[in-house]
Amino acid sequence: MATYLEFIQQNEERDGVRFSWNVWPSSRLEATRMVVPLACLLTPLKERPDLPPVQYEPVLCSRPTCKAVLNPLCQVDYRAKLWACNFCFQRNQFPPAYAGISEVNQPAELMPQFSTIEYVIQRGPQSPLIFLYVVDTCLEEDDLQALKESLQMSLSLLPPDALVGLITFGRMVQVHELSCEGISKSYVFRGTKDLTAKQIQDMLGLSKPAMPMQQARPPQPQEHPFVSSRFLQPIQKIDMNLTDLLGELQRDPWPVTQGKRPLRSTGVALSIAVGLLEGTFPNTGARIMLFTGGPPTQGPGMVVGDELKIPIRSWHDIEKDNARFMKKATKHYEMLANRTAANGHCIDIYACALDQTGLLEMKCCTNLTGGHMVMGDSFNTSLFKQTFQRIFSKDFNGDFRMAFGATLEVKTSRELKIAGAIGPCVSLNVKGPCVSENELGVGGTSQWKICGLDPTSTLGIYFEVVNQHNAPIPQGGRGAIQFVTQYQHSSTQKRIRVTTIARNWADAQSQLRHIEAAFDQEAAAVLMARLGVFRAESEEGPDVLRWLDRQLIRLCQKFGQYNKEDPTSFRLSDSFSLYPQFMFHLRRSPFLQVFNNSPDESSYYRHHFARQDLTQSLIMIQPILYSYSFHGPPEPVLLDSSSILADRILLMDTFFQIVIYLGETIAQWQKARYQDMPEYENFKHLLQAPLDDAQEILQARFPMPRYINTEHGGSQARFLLSKVNPSQTHNNLYAWGQETGAPILTDDVSLQVFMDHLKKLAVSSAC
Amino acid sequence: MSQQGYVATPPYSQSQPGIGLSAPHYGHYGDPSHAASLPGVMKPPGPLGAAAPGAMLPPLPPGPQQFGQNGAHASSAPGPPPHRFAGPAPVGNVASAYQPSAQPSYPSPMSTPPVVQLGGQLGAMQLDSHGPGAGPTGPAAFQGPPLPAAPSILQPGPRVLPPPPTALNGPGAPPLAAGAAFPPQAAGYGPQMGAPASYPGGLPAGPARMAGPQPPKQLDPDAVPSPIQVIESDRAARGGQVYATNTRGQVPPLVTTDCVIQDQGHASPRYIRCTTYCFPSSSDLAKQAQVPLAAVLQPFATPPADETPLYLVNHGENGPVRCNRCKAYMCPFMQFIEGGRRYQCGFCNCVNDVPTFYFQHLDHLGRRLDHYEKPELSLGSYEYVATLDYCRKNKPPNPPAFIFMINVSYSNIKSGLVKLICEELKTLLEQLPREEQEETSAVRVGFITYHTVLHFFNVKSNLAQPQMMVVTDVGEVFVPLLDGLLVSYQESQSVIHNLLDQIPGMFADSSESEAVFAPVVQAGMEALKAADCPGKLFIFHSSLPTAEAPGKLKNRDDKRLLNTDKEKVLFQPQTSVYESLAKDCVAHGCSVTLFLFPSQYVDVASLGLVPLLTGGTLYKYSNFQSTAHTRRPRVSMFKARPPSGRVVVLGCQHGSQTASDLMHVDSQQFLHDLRGDIEKKIGFDAIMRVRTSTGFRATDFFGGVFMNNTTDVEMAALDCDKAVTVEFKHDDRLSEDSGALIQCAVLYTTVGGQRRLRIHNLGLSCSSQLADLYKSCETDALVNFFAKSAFKAVLHQPVKVIREILVNQTAHMLACYRKNCASPSAASQDAVIGTVQLASSAALLANGRMTRNLKRREDLPKEEDTQLSSLLLILPDSMKILPVYMNSLLKSCVLLGRPDTPTDERAFQRQLVMTMGVADSQLFFYPQLLPIHTLDVKSTALPAAIRCSESRLSEGGVFLLANGLNMFLWLGVSSPPELIQGIFNVPSLAHVNTDMTQLPEVGSPHSQQLRMLMGIVQRKRPYSMKLTIVKQREQPEAAFRQLLVEDRGLHGGSSYVDFLCCVHKEICQLLS
Repeated sequence: MATYLEFIQQNEERDGVRFSWNVWPSSRLEATRMVVPLACLLTPLKERPDLPPVQYEPVLCSRPTCKAVLNPLCQVDYRAKLWACNFCFQRNQFPPAYAGISEVNQPAELMPQFSTIEYVIQRGPQSPLIFLYVVDTCLEEDDLQALKESLQMSLSLLPPDALVGLITFGRMVQVHELSCEGISKSYVFRGTKDLTAKQIQDMLGLSKPAMPMQQARPPQPQEHPFVSSRFLQPIQKIDMNLTDLLGELQRDPWPVTQGKRPLRSTGVALSIAVGLLEGTFPNTGARIMLFTGGPPTQGPGMVVGDELKIPIRSWHDIEKDNARFMKKATKHYEMLANRTAANGHCIDIYACALDQTGLLEMKCCTNLTGGHMVMGDSFNTSLFKQTFQRIFSKDFNGDFRMAFGATLEVKTSRELKIAGAIGPCVSLNVKGPCVSENELGVGGTSQWKICGLDPTSTLGIYFEVVNQHNAPIPQGGRGAIQFVTQYQHSSTQKRIRVTTIARNWADAQSQLRHIEAAFDQEAAAVLMARLGVFRAESEEGPDVLRWLDRQLIRLCQKFGQYNKEDPTSFRLSDSFSLYPQFMFHLRRSPFLQVFNNSPDESSYYRHHFARQDLTQSLIMIQPILYSYSFHGPPEPVLLDSSSILADRILLMDTFFQIVIYLGETIAQWQKARYQDMPEYENFKHLLQAPLDDAQEILQARFPMPRYINTEHGGSQARFLLSKVNPSQTHNNLYAWGQETGAPILTDDVSLQVFMDHLKKLAVSSAC
Repeated sequence: MSQQGYVATPPYSQSQPGIGLSAPHYGHYGDPSHAASLPGVMKPPGPLGAAAPGAMLPPLPPGPQQFGQNGAHASSAPGPPPHRFAGPAPVGNVASAYQPSAQPSYPSPMSTPPVVQLGGQLGAMQLDSHGPGAGPTGPAAFQGPPLPAAPSILQPGPRVLPPPPTALNGPGAPPLAAGAAFPPQAAGYGPQMGAPASYPGGLPAGPARMAGPQPPKQLDPDAVPSPIQVIESDRAARGGQVYATNTRGQVPPLVTTDCVIQDQGHASPRYIRCTTYCFPSSSDLAKQAQVPLAAVLQPFATPPADETPLYLVNHGENGPVRCNRCKAYMCPFMQFIEGGRRYQCGFCNCVNDVPTFYFQHLDHLGRRLDHYEKPELSLGSYEYVATLDYCRKNKPPNPPAFIFMINVSYSNIKSGLVKLICEELKTLLEQLPREEQEETSAVRVGFITYHTVLHFFNVKSNLAQPQMMVVTDVGEVFVPLLDGLLVSYQESQSVIHNLLDQIPGMFADSSESEAVFAPVVQAGMEALKAADCPGKLFIFHSSLPTAEAPGKLKNRDDKRLLNTDKEKVLFQPQTSVYESLAKDCVAHGCSVTLFLFPSQYVDVASLGLVPLLTGGTLYKYSNFQSTAHTRRPRVSMFKARPPSGRVVVLGCQHGSQTASDLMHVDSQQFLHDLRGDIEKKIGFDAIMRVRTSTGFRATDFFGGVFMNNTTDVEMAALDCDKAVTVEFKHDDRLSEDSGALIQCAVLYTTVGGQRRLRIHNLGLSCSSQLADLYKSCETDALVNFFAKSAFKAVLHQPVKVIREILVNQTAHMLACYRKNCASPSAASQDAVIGTVQLASSAALLANGRMTRNLKRREDLPKEEDTQLSSLLLILPDSMKILPVYMNSLLKSCVLLGRPDTPTDERAFQRQLVMTMGVADSQLFFYPQLLPIHTLDVKSTALPAAIRCSESRLSEGGVFLLANGLNMFLWLGVSSPPELIQGIFNVPSLAHVNTDMTQLPEVGSPHSQQLRMLMGIVQRKRPYSMKLTIVKQREQPEAAFRQLLVEDRGLHGGSSYVDFLCCVHKEICQLLS
């Protein structure tokens, strides 16, 4: 099996793709019996330091319905200078530029190691990146100060030719004009009035010049900056101005009386931001960055009223249909998100407040446009500051790790159809022969728009095997899938990345072992989890859990080895062995459990789950636990209450939190300040080790996780206790007082109980 | 609102159906008895429309009778407009009409009268013509003869006119016109009636036409009561003295008389001036007299420096002492009883307990011992500190704020107006009004500019530079900032200066030519609302708000509406937006002062409504001149310019040299107004209540006020120049003992943010004798009242009807006097001072000074003789000069539309008069005409004014004329060159540049004296007058001559004497 693991890893590194099945069942019927759908996690812009982009355009299949890109899987007739499309079998002439090719003189796209290749398109205008800051001013003084500093800092990180704009909001919305000398100008809008895009553009005076520009745009892209020069300016020109402007930003001056929330017009502010970009830079990479410190309290998109005595909606309210603003607000933000997506812009939300800020309602803004969602307690925390700074991090080439306005197109060979995608994308509604009727996730299309993406953005793409059982595929036949991602690189180039992969077909009846062995349980767990989370957005929590359980039971029935009605005989092969455990933790995860989470938190967790790559997703599902002790080097340990020992330091990474937990004894030692005594230097080192490791994780992670340093009995220890498998609880006190771990006060079932049940159900012939 | 004014009253509104009846009653007292006494007049108008023409056409003999009737009805006639004035028409017209027929006989009268008596004869003749007209009795024989005589006599008179032989040609009339006009007359009546017909002229008769009728005017102008003489004699009698207000019902000196007024228990006439100081004791009496009972209140009038300012009474938390029932404030009219424990309210007679803190023993006279220590016990006017109960939301008010809102559209930037304003504001803001005791002004200031969008400026003191916030949502305007819009000038001075420096440049490349208006007011109001303070908006606006926004207006000026029933539309606002806006403004204590710089029609009627209703002021500078070198002719009327028309750039007179390089030719006027408006005494967020003693009450209010109910007069602000005219009506009988008491209380916020009450008390006497009433009348206040009520009525009624009603009421008042107070025989015998008798056959007594027998008496037919008594025109002394003022009112461009008067100008003047105080309205309707050439260079006093008539001018003279809005310096063709040299520093008249709007600063005594004189004339006037230099016989003279109100108007409107005749005729009709 090591070979498969290597294969999978290799493929992931090269193509950024992980399939749930690496050998594909050759018939539709068999495929459905596999329980876990044929699907893959695709990281379209996976960083490939070894992959220099080629400076020409891809060669396309000439069949209008196909247009697949020439790839290493194509058969090439070097003499006739012909190539056969491996998707539609169309024979195509090479373009004249390829006249010199031969077996020894192949273009890169034909070499097998270039199954993923990136083209740079030289045509077309290059438009600068656009960053539009939308800043809440209803903040506490120190919060605002911190935010201002972060924003000022960010100016230095932007590329000098990037266009920036500034909108501030509180009770009113102000669009700041950046080009003025001597006096700072801003256009002010009422925060309660819903304005159409046209009205906004009229009021900003954008409509008049926009008309001629629209026609003139293609030939004269240079005129662009002038159109909107007042509100969006090259950073190099107005750096000082904007820095001063940000420095002078005041808190929203309107008085907030006792017992009221400040009036915050987030809905209108966002609407204006969207309208502004829509009118000036449609289909150009742009980032709307919303910084908000509380829930929208007025106007369209309001989430809660300004009466403090009425709290913001909770899951409880939502279940009881008691969240009176939710539907309307969600509709407002959905409308905005769709417009934004249609324009190819993306929206980031940086929400920092102790209470909820309405992420539940606003989530679609980020989810549909590929923007970031960051949630923190305050702008004055390193969590926000560093996360925000990381937005502007650069890759090995010195380019920003962000791309805009991407279109992902998927092509499949005939035996496959596309069922859908789950990730930060919207459907482009391109129907085609390879689009399945059955939808999984966002379906009914072969193309999706991803307005903002970074090297880790990952989509789950689901397929359906449509080959009929009675039309077997010849031995050695391979199915192929091509992913074509066109996007605007952060260097403002237009690029196309093409990944073509192929997998073997196998007859599920005769070659089940092959298929089984090629199961990627990690990918499968994440893909199933995405499906589950996707469902959870629209369905009741218990239904999703039941569905997940049924799928798991069916999978165990299909691939487990057991004697009927004999739970003890149940075995799973190595390639499946971890899968039930993933499912166990998934069921307990905040993605599916809303208990103890606010609606905002749930939205936040789900947002990240739907866009992170496989490794991160797995961490989210099943946090990693490391143990540090004097007994040996740090080691990963079971995410189990039995791992909580008095003389250990634990480091847990849940993706969203990094928890360092000092066992009881260690904590006492630390209190006794042994670490300061030279003779106990090793203790000092022990204490330091998890901190260093945590630091390492913190450095790499986006968004910055919450960093929690706690100890046995500490209040923050709950972060750890809620995650570990409750193998010891107050209900099974057999280990009480022993050194084997700490009991968790919970009624949740432990993994043991879960597995016992699973086995029982799997072997039962009843279902 | 509309139901209370003229409109409501039968006269205006119902005049159509039955003019005879209603007109005289004037609605104030719909008194049927009166009607009964005038059967002829009462006749239904029915016949009129049809009858009038018919009546005119038939041969002469029956004519007069018909005519008379006709005349009576004419005003009401729904018939063809030209005949409307058939009634009055006879005055001027009949005379001329008769001439032809009379001509044959004319030598005979001619022969009789001695030259000396010419004037008197003329008068007589004219009156004659009325006589018959007035009464059905008038025989055909009548006046025919006298008339022709007149012209011939006249001509040698004051007029300098060529051909005496053709007596018929008016002296001033171009021969052609005369020639054309008369022959037909001789031939028959037809043409006559049509044209110049009516007396006061609603008719569009051209100057030439007017001249036609003129010749017949035979009354010597010197024989009729002279306003100048009245003014001068009052000045001589009472000027410079102390006038103590210690007696109930005493008639104060005229507004034109300077004297020191000492408050001894009644409010100074500067604050309250009544139309009469003796009320008739019953409503019947009042109805009979038809004299309006009204008071002109000017609660914030500025007393001269030598009079004590109002005392401030502070009762601390107890607040003012008030009657429990009627809530009247403690005042000298409260009678303390029971040893001082209780007091009886003078207004409602309720007996109240004296609050313990206020108790004081009484002396042997029943007066409190502290009578002279407490202003509220001994003075007519004083102020109270208001307690929190008198404040909005029971919170002490914030100090007011001024917001300057500048229209920065293309034309204003180009004309340099914006720069001018910004430069001026820098110095002006140092002069913000403050409480006397305060070092600095508490008034905060804010700045907003606008064209089609609004720009708010944050000028908070801690900002390095101002911030501009643009609000484009003009459909639903709001205030984008809370803090920093309104700031203390002292604190934010540098930011404000920075802003004012930048504004002109900021919009330099703006090409926006349209503008909004209602959203601007709205924004200012919202800003004040947000800041929770009252305040004043200074809006500098220049164009019709055509941009898409609430209150959008379209150009609806239509000269074709003149003299039609729809003319009133021109005075009404185009949309209701402005009225509701004004209502909101008043509700939030937001006063709007509007500076208009129109270059074309801007619909003053609509825009002006906001300043009017919010207690603001409207200033209008038509064709405000851009920089001197790009100057265009100001008005088409003033096109004529000397060929050497070089413009003298004038230096700044007022010491601010800031904008001198870019000085506007009209800018001094504007800057002066702006400065005055910022600095003037003003109270904000005011509510006025007028309480009266039992038996009568205030029923109607005229002025810049807003009323939500019938008693509370709400004003966003009230300044020293604004007056409210209040009309009173009887509820019941008034007691002659207790008199009629008026208490006017104004609750307001001072510029320092203090809530205060200003109380004015006035006691009037009552009498059951009409003679007492007439004795105590105050002509200036009467005119003020008539003007306001008539100008209010133009919104709802055709101006013609209003003019008729005015004439009728004048006649009625005089007729009532004539009938009840002065018997004709008595009149001649008594020769009571102050009674002017103007009679056709008897005598003309003016002031008892001049009596003239009219020789033609014996020529009169017998019947006429018997009618003699009714033919005397007797004017009560107090109303002696009412006719000349009324005539001027009737000729004002508001009531007499002419195609060449811009509609905006009419609306503007209408609005001005609505808020005028008595002194201003007096000047406005009888301009001051001062001879300059006869000045004694050493004297510093004003020369004696002369009457406003062309006949008083001389070619060799220089005259200064001022009416409160405009000032004219008229240069006769042969004015002394040394005077010209002295004033203008040019060698001759031809070199004088008439473009200048300010006199050059020449060191000569003439110049210095003239400029000083102009300063005196200008002093205390709310509007800075625009100076126009007029050379005799050059075109701009027309505007000047328009103000010679005793003359026949150039475009219509009768002369003083014609009007007298007309009134007399009316009276005769009424009496018979």
